Amino acid sequence: MQITLTVNGTEVTAECEPRTLLVHFVRDTLRLTGTHWGCDTSNCGTCVLLMDGEPVKSCTVLAAMAAGREIRTVEGLAQNGTLDPVQQGFMAEHGLQCGFCTPGMMMTARALLDRNPDPDETEIRSAISGQICRCTGYSTIVRSVQWAAKNQEGAQA
Amino acid sequence: MQVPAPFDYARAESVEDALSLLQRHGPESRVIAGGHSLLPMMKLRLARPEWLIDINDLFELDYLVEDGGTVRIGALTRHATLLASDLIARLFPIVTDAEKVIADPIVRNRGTIGGSLCQADPAEDLSTVCEVLRAEVVIRGLDGERVLTMPEMHRGPYETAVAQDELLTEIRFPVLPRSGSAYEKVERRVGDWAIAAAGASITLSPEGTITHAAIGLTSVGLDGRTATRAEERLLGQRPADELFDAAAAIAAEDCNPVADQRGPVDYKRHLAAELTRRVLRRATERAAGEEG
Ligand SMILES: Cc1cc2nc3c(=O)[nH]c(=O)nc-3n(C[C@H](O)[C@H](O)[C@H](O)COP(=O)(O)OP(=O)(O)OC[C@H]3O[C@@H](n4cnc5c(N)ncnc54)[C@H](O)[C@@H]3O)c2cc1C
Ligand code: FES
Ligand code: FES
Repeated sequence: MQITLTVNGTEVTAECEPRTLLVHFVRDTLRLTGTHWGCDTSNCGTCVLLMDGEPVKSCTVLAAMAAGREIRTVEGLAQNGTLDPVQQGFMAEHGLQCGFCTPGMMMTARALLDRNPDPDETEIRSAISGQICRCTGYSTIVRSVQWAAKNQEGAQA
Repeated sequence: MQVPAPFDYARAESVEDALSLLQRHGPESRVIAGGHSLLPMMKLRLARPEWLIDINDLFELDYLVEDGGTVRIGALTRHATLLASDLIARLFPIVTDAEKVIADPIVRNRGTIGGSLCQADPAEDLSTVCEVLRAEVVIRGLDGERVLTMPEMHRGPYETAVAQDELLTEIRFPVLPRSGSAYEKVERRVGDWAIAAAGASITLSPEGTITHAAIGLTSVGLDGRTATRAEERLLGQRPADELFDAAAAIAAEDCNPVADQRGPVDYKRHLAAELTRRVLRRATERAAGEEG
């Protein structure tokens, strides 16, 4: 079947099978391999991307279900060559080690900050509670999101 | 790479359209709502529909309104919407309690109340909640609508009264004055299914006696999910810790947990009693307006 959707601000039309999962569609068909794919059982959250602005586990959404919707992946975070404050935060506060969970974590952080520009630690921990990081122990991830919250305007200018 | 077996896909444009698609494509067609139970089952080949009818465009099934003495909830209402609702938190705090511990925030963005009830997994938290709130469900087919109680809707694990060519469209919660409700669950880690969970709703008379009581248990093999004998023990009584202890002991006695990787039978029975005691206490405090 043919589907049309908006990915990182650009409309794309592509062929896929009805059973194609959104995570495979963005990685294999669109070649946007920043979205990672881990457990395949809706548990780990490495496949998180934004659909109409909300984080979703893209291993549990059909590509067909995303037709007509707006998808944002980690490739769509930086704007005009400037890294998103969330990306800068992960650099500044060392929010990653191996980087496997990082794209998903950053997308959730982006959606959280869009809704709530000044989240407290509990809110951040709750937002990422469906995502697993096997390396950092979460503290630096939380600090990265806090950094991004503090530097929203500064970083965007 | 785990992908579902091949199937055909159609997107419904209205409830009528969904119903005709289900009828046209016959017994091997299924609706997909949030997909967060169905897709994992399809990856594991526990489900193998030949047609999926996507109902995510049916905004007419995504609502939450107070209508006289009833709150009506569209079947496509997401877990996240229920959790964020002030109306729900005020009238049915048991729903808010449960939503906080259903899966994780990202799964809650997709999963729906209708999908939860139709999945009818014995560990499904909202099924217990709906039983406790004495909810009614509206089921629609091409020939019209019927309204069922939860015991009528739930025929057993993974089995409901919703036929293959029907849709669950609405869930109705009756609003009972001077009532309070609560839900508590024990899980192995954040976002996991319940080892055991309990929900309760209590209504008090102006004199402070219990005029209505509902107790439900999740994941512990309670027939029909509500602990009828324990409920009866409370009626006409004044709330007291000893009374709640007695009701909790009955509820634990009447359930039938099985030993699995989540724990042995004794442990689960112990949880059933302790959680029942706690939700009875909290529901009563809320009914008496002692909790903000
Ligand atoms: C990692 C993870 C953890 C989870 N943890 C919990 C938990 O702790 N507690 C809990 O209760 N749930 C949990 N869930 C399940 C989650 O709540 C599901 O989203 C929910 O059970 C099903 O809702 P859905 O909208 O995704 O349904 P779907 O998967 O779309 O559908 C489920 C079934 O219902 C049918 N169906 C759906 N809507 C309708 C309708 N309107 N009319 C007729 N049939 C319909 C479908 O055909 C299918 O058979 C978890 C899920 C995941 C992935
Ligand atoms: S790959 Fe999607 S949640 Fe793990
Ligand atoms: S940085 Fe390695 S999994 Fe999170």
